[in-house]
Formats: sequence, structure tokens, C-alpha cells
Amino acid sequence: MSAPSANDKKVIPIAVAAAAAPPPESPTGAMIRSLGLVSAICGLIIVGAYQGTYDAVAANKRIATERAVFKVLPKAKTIAEFLAQPGGGVSRVGAGGTAIPPGSVKFFAAYDESGKLAGIAAEGVGKGYADNVRIMFGYQPDCQCVVGIGVVAMRETPGIGDKIITDKEFLANFTALDVKLKSDLSALANEVRTVKRGSKTNAWQIDAIAGATITSRAVGRAINDSAQALLPRLVPNLDKLGSKS
Amino acid sequence: MSTAAPQTWDEFMEGVWRQNPVFVMVLGMCPTLAVTVSAINALSMGAATLFVLVCSCGLVSLMRAVTPKEVRIAVYIVIIATFVTAVDYAIQAISLALYDALGAFIQLIVVNCIILGRAEAHASKNTPLPAMINAAGMGVGFTLGLLALGVVREVLGAGSLFGVALFGAGFQPWVIMVLPPGGFFVLGAWLLFFAWLERRKLRRAASLTEAGQHV
Amino acid sequence: MTQPLIEIRSAPHVQAAKTVETIMRNVVYSLLPICAFYVFQYGISALASIAVVTGACLATERFFVGTGTQAGRLSDYSAVITGLLLALTLPPGFPLWMGAVAGIVAIALGKALFGGIGFNVFNPALVGRAFVQAAFPTAIATYTPSFLPGRFTEFIPSTLAWPLMIPADAAVWLKAKHLDALAGATPLAKWKFDGVLANADELLTSLSGHMAVGPSPLLILVCGAYLAARRFMDWRIPLAVLGSAALTAWLLFAFDPARYPNPFFMLFSGGLILGAVYMATDMATSPVTPKGMWVYGALIGLLTVVIRYYSGLPEGVMYAILIANAASPLIEKITQPVPFGRGAILGMDRVKKRASYPLNPGYISREEASAVTPKKRFLPNKPKK
Repeated sequence: MSAPSANDKKVIPIAVAAAAAPPPESPTGAMIRSLGLVSAICGLIIVGAYQGTYDAVAANKRIATERAVFKVLPKAKTIAEFLAQPGGGVSRVGAGGTAIPPGSVKFFAAYDESGKLAGIAAEGVGKGYADNVRIMFGYQPDCQCVVGIGVVAMRETPGIGDKIITDKEFLANFTALDVKLKSDLSALANEVRTVKRGSKTNAWQIDAIAGATITSRAVGRAINDSAQALLPRLVPNLDKLGSKS
Repeated sequence: MSTAAPQTWDEFMEGVWRQNPVFVMVLGMCPTLAVTVSAINALSMGAATLFVLVCSCGLVSLMRAVTPKEVRIAVYIVIIATFVTAVDYAIQAISLALYDALGAFIQLIVVNCIILGRAEAHASKNTPLPAMINAAGMGVGFTLGLLALGVVREVLGAGSLFGVALFGAGFQPWVIMVLPPGGFFVLGAWLLFFAWLERRKLRRAASLTEAGQHV
Repeated sequence: MTQPLIEIRSAPHVQAAKTVETIMRNVVYSLLPICAFYVFQYGISALASIAVVTGACLATERFFVGTGTQAGRLSDYSAVITGLLLALTLPPGFPLWMGAVAGIVAIALGKALFGGIGFNVFNPALVGRAFVQAAFPTAIATYTPSFLPGRFTEFIPSTLAWPLMIPADAAVWLKAKHLDALAGATPLAKWKFDGVLANADELLTSLSGHMAVGPSPLLILVCGAYLAARRFMDWRIPLAVLGSAALTAWLLFAFDPARYPNPFFMLFSGGLILGAVYMATDMATSPVTPKGMWVYGALIGLLTVVIRYYSGLPEGVMYAILIANAASPLIEKITQPVPFGRGAILGMDRVKKRASYPLNPGYISREEASAVTPKKRFLPNKPKK
């Protein structure tokens, strides 16, 4: 770097030591004007960028969601987004994603080729080793069980925690994980629980991965919490999801 | 400052090589270490930074006549944040997977000291064209630096380059390379390499003055 | 070399006949029996591992010394020590190419990056090991039992893995030999994950068969005693490490014998003895003050036990030493010895004024000539002749 930096360092040049008077202050009006100008230009740029990319971003998000749902429910061909209301009952969410009212749970109904209900997909969040582990799981109303999971977002240690998407034995837990409701439909009959590797005895338990217990537990808790919140509201209303209109 | 071709080239190459932000100035280490787990991440992070750098330096340079000294930092930050937001939208539109991989580091470009440093030290004192050329040089240098880390980390950490598998099924991934310490190790190795290169050049140029050289 | 008439330089002015090279050579000598026994235990794979790792260290050292950026020479034996120690800390069936990576990283990033011998902050061998532990967590946890039949004619299959490729599964190989795959676990791993304590005599000598243990702790202690007796190594550090580890382990054992293993097991399993005698005593990375050595050693012992008990890792010596390495400049700073005669005179307020040196006006250098000259103090009770 060259000469200009000398001023910043407050080195007083020997020859002009007398001229060390502070630089004249800028008038307030000029400051406000320039800040206003900058804000206006920047505002225009941001709005332009937002408008220009809006469709592509929305399409991307939809594709990403569909892909996640199709992964946990392989038979699905189309999806629709629903909300389970806090008081019970479900409502369809229009495309574009309106604001979600507090207390309600978002889920996706998936339909197969003929338009029949192929399953339900919902997201769950559990505290993992590094950060929250967000998973998507597929729910099959016929057997009242979880039939597949996929990871939406996680920051677990590569090679250890991320085995939850590669470890075949672990994924085998989710071919028919029991999430039956109690007879009064108020809660799950049995809590979904992650147990120590090799000690799975019941259909509602998950065998943890050796060495990745915390992440495995996060998956179990994510499914449990989400199922506890969603299923009691969903199951009585299954017929409302109907078939693809 | 004339814009004759050699000088323009010189201006550009300053950031790419002599003042390389990653390997010479060691600036912007946060994204350098955090997102370079794969070559594609490194390249897109570098490209995003390059875009923000060039655009914001151009705009800062255009506004330099109407920017009072007292509010200049505020102006720079607003300008930089604007372009970062635009890049943020653009990356979401291009690929959500990439957006997830880069995570918060896209937004954090705002506080990347390379950009603010360029705006303050160069763009605010030059006309738009040289400012943008200089910024482009810095951006390219930053991208190359990230890529140098990203390529090594992806090849060793995943056995692939830009997602293309290089070694076949039996490859033993070096787990450390995709973890944060891998970033430090690779950066250290590159710094060692460039220090060695510099040493060799100096020694060849003047073997007499070897004793008093800076480290 | 011509003898200069007047030699002008700063302290130290008194030199012993020991040079860096002599010390290092003696350390290598003392390591040779340990290596020999290690080869006897594990056969040809261990020999190949030692040769390749040391070779990689020497080649890397040669390259960096050749660049002219390093302190030290290839012939000062320090790279040999790094290589031997590194090989001893790795499992015997560790793939050779990973061993070479460990050796290169140890010298390049553990030593050359800082400027060569004497400038390194961390023990180079442990830097190399830490790197491969993080890079290849599976391979480094795969031990094979010692004293296998045919160990001098047959390599452990994982040893000969192709560069960059996954090594062969040792469990399959062991099964073919009709051995339990668990036999490949180290005593520490067995204790941590299965709650099995190994017998004392097995730990001490490593002689009884089919146990995945490192070099014999007894042999290391004997070799270490040789070094300490010849003053090539300071005895305080190993003593402090072992003492503090034993004390911590004993306190925990006394607190809950069911949950914590006995201190004897803590001392003689894993790499604690090797670490205490050969790694922690690395001259460049440990404090030079006697008091500092005690603090440093105690820190290592405490951290080792804490890591072993409370972390996800079965072994903690490596990280304990690396952490203490990082702390050693600080330890040195706070354990500066009091200048001669100073402590006795000031008595009570000694702690407060420890760092201040009364300056004799005659010794004030030219740069300090303009500084305020401290008054010459006549001390009431001069040291007796």
C-alpha cells in the first residue's frame, strides 16, 4: 500500500507539524443526503434481486420438499401440504406457504399415481451432538408405523454422527417403527425410544448406532416429539385428506 | 493513475498473487476454514465473495465524491450488505443444497474484512474502473486460495473432485479433512509451501543477503 | 574451526560436554531395546511399521533441512526419535501408507512449520499421531493380539493396504485364525467398553499371549531410568506425570471402587508410561524450570485420567501431553526461579517483588541510560561468605 495510509497512522509529518488542524466537519445535511442516497440505491437492488429470484427460490424449495417426502415414501408421486390445527382438525395449505399459525403442525400428505393416499410425511427436530438434527419421516396409516426417515438438516460429525443416513442396521429400525396411538387417541401408546445397541426388543424402540448414540437418540426424540404432537390430531381426520382432488 | 494495459494487469495480479488475501495477507480466515470441505463449496463461496467485492467496490468508488468521511463506514456496510443479500437470494435460486452447505457463511460475507478493507483502502480513493479491477484481482485471489484448500480437502476427505470420484470404491477417506481441524492443517501446509517458495525465490535472487531475511 | 580470540555472546556461558546430538543419540539407543521387544511381540508387521514411519520422518526432515529454513541438522537424530516414538504409539498392523502420512505430518506440521528442532511447540510425534487418529479413526483403533503364531513370516493384512485405500478387515483375518475379534481390543478399550480389567502381570510385562498391548511398560521404565541416570532426561517430569495420574486415579478409586478401576491399571495400561517417559520429557516442549516440570507433569497425569474416565476416547495420554505442551510456556513464566540471594533477603514480601531485579548502575546498558536509575540498595543481611 502507498502514501495514503500515512494519514491514518497519525504520523505527524515533520515539515507540516503546524498544519495538524482537524479536517473540517461535513455538514449534517450532506451526511443525511448521502445515507439516503445509498439506502435508496441499495433498497432498489435488494428488491430487484428478491423479485428476480422469487420464483426460482420457491420452485427450489418445493422440489427439495418433494424429494425429501418421496425419499421416505417411495410410492408417492405428488404431495400436498397440510396443517394440523391445535384444537384438532386439519386444513390444506395453499401453494406459496402462508404463515403458519402458532401451535399447529405442518405435514405433507403424499399420493400415489392413482391419487390414493400413500402416506404422511412430517418433520421432527431433535438435539444432536453438534446442532439440531432435523429429520423427515414417513408415516403409514394402515400399519400405524413409521416406514422411513430422511435427514433434512444436520451438522453431526462426518463419519460418526452422519451414519444415521448410511448405516443399514440403523435404517432397518424404520421399516416398521410402531407409533400406535392409545385407544382414546390422546397420545402414543408407547413412546418411541432409542435404546442401547442390541437391546431393541419392541417395535417402538430404536437400536442406536454404536459410537453415535447421541445422534441416534436425537432421531428417536425427533420422531417421538413430532408424532406425539401430530398423530393425535391427524388420525381422527385421516379421511379428510381424502384422495388427490 | 492511467489504465494502460500493463498497469491494469499489474493491478489485477496484485490481489491474485502478491497480496493474495488467503496466503499472503491471511485475511477472511473464517470462511476459508469453514466452507472449504469440498471444491464446489470453495468455488461458490469464492465466486460469491468475488461478486460482492467487485460490485461493492464499484459502487463505493462511484459514491466516493458524495460520501462524507464521518459516515463512510456506514455507507460501505450498507452497500456490502446489499450485494450480500442479492447473492444470498441468487444462491438459493441456483441450488438449495449449496445454500445449506455454505450455511451462515454467505451472510457473513458482510463482515469479511477483505471487502471492507478493499472499500476503505482502495475503492474510496480511486475511480470505478481501477477499483473494480483491483477488487476483481482480490476476489480471484481469494477464490483461488479457497479452491486450493477445497481441492485438497475434497480429494483426501472424500476421494473425489467436484463430486467426481477419483479412487474407486476402496478409498479410505481422511475423516479429519472434512472436520474443522483439517482446514487448519491444510492451510498450514499451504502456508508452509508458499513460505518455502518465497524462500527459494529470495535465495536464488540474492544468496548473499540470506542471513537478514524476514521470515 | 578457528578459535576466536574473544567471544561475545549472551548467556549461558557455562557449557557441558553434552550436545543435542549426544542426548538424542542416547535417547535413540535407549529406545532400541523397546523397539526390539515390540518387534518380538508383533513380528514382521511391527518391524515394517517402525522402518516406514522412521523413514518417512527422516525423508521429510531431509527435505526441510535442505530448504535451509530449519534449525538443526539431519544428523542430530531428533527425527529418528520422532519416527521411533510415533511407530511405537501406532497399532502394529497400522497400514504402512498411513504410517508414512503420520511421519510426514509429524515432521512437516509438527516441526518444520515452527522452524525446526527447538522451535516446535508440540511434540512432533504426537502431532503426527493426533493427525492420523483424527483422519483414520477406524484403523488406529484396530489392534491385533501379540504373540500370534507365524508373526515373523506373515504380515498382518492391514499393514499392506494400498496407498489411499481402506485396509483389509483385521477381524476377518483373526476369525480365520480362530481368535475372538475382541482379542484385538486394547486393555483400555476393553475396560471402557466392556468393563473387563486386565491382570497386573500381563500389563507389566506384555508377555502373556494374545493381548493387544503396546511395548512393555517395565522395559520402558528401565530404559527411562538409564536416561535419567545419565542425565539425558529430567526425572521430575515422568515422576510427576505418574504420581499425579496415580493420585487422581486412587482418589477416584477410593471414592467408588466399583465404577473406577484401580490406580495400578491406570498407570500400566495404554501409553501412559511411554508418554510419561519419552513424550512428555521432550526438551523443546516441556518447561525448563524445576518447579515448572512438576506442574507440567502433574497437569499431564491429571488430564490423562480425566480424559480416560470422562470422554468418549479410551486413551487420553496424547491429548493430555499436547495440551500440557501448549501450556508449558505459561507454566515456565509463572514458575520463574527467584534470583540467587533474593528469596532469603526479602522473606515476607518475596512473592510480590519476585520479578523485580535491582539494577546495578554499572550494568545499565546504553539504551537504558536515560531510564531512571534505581537507587543502590544496601541489604541489611548480606549472604555470608
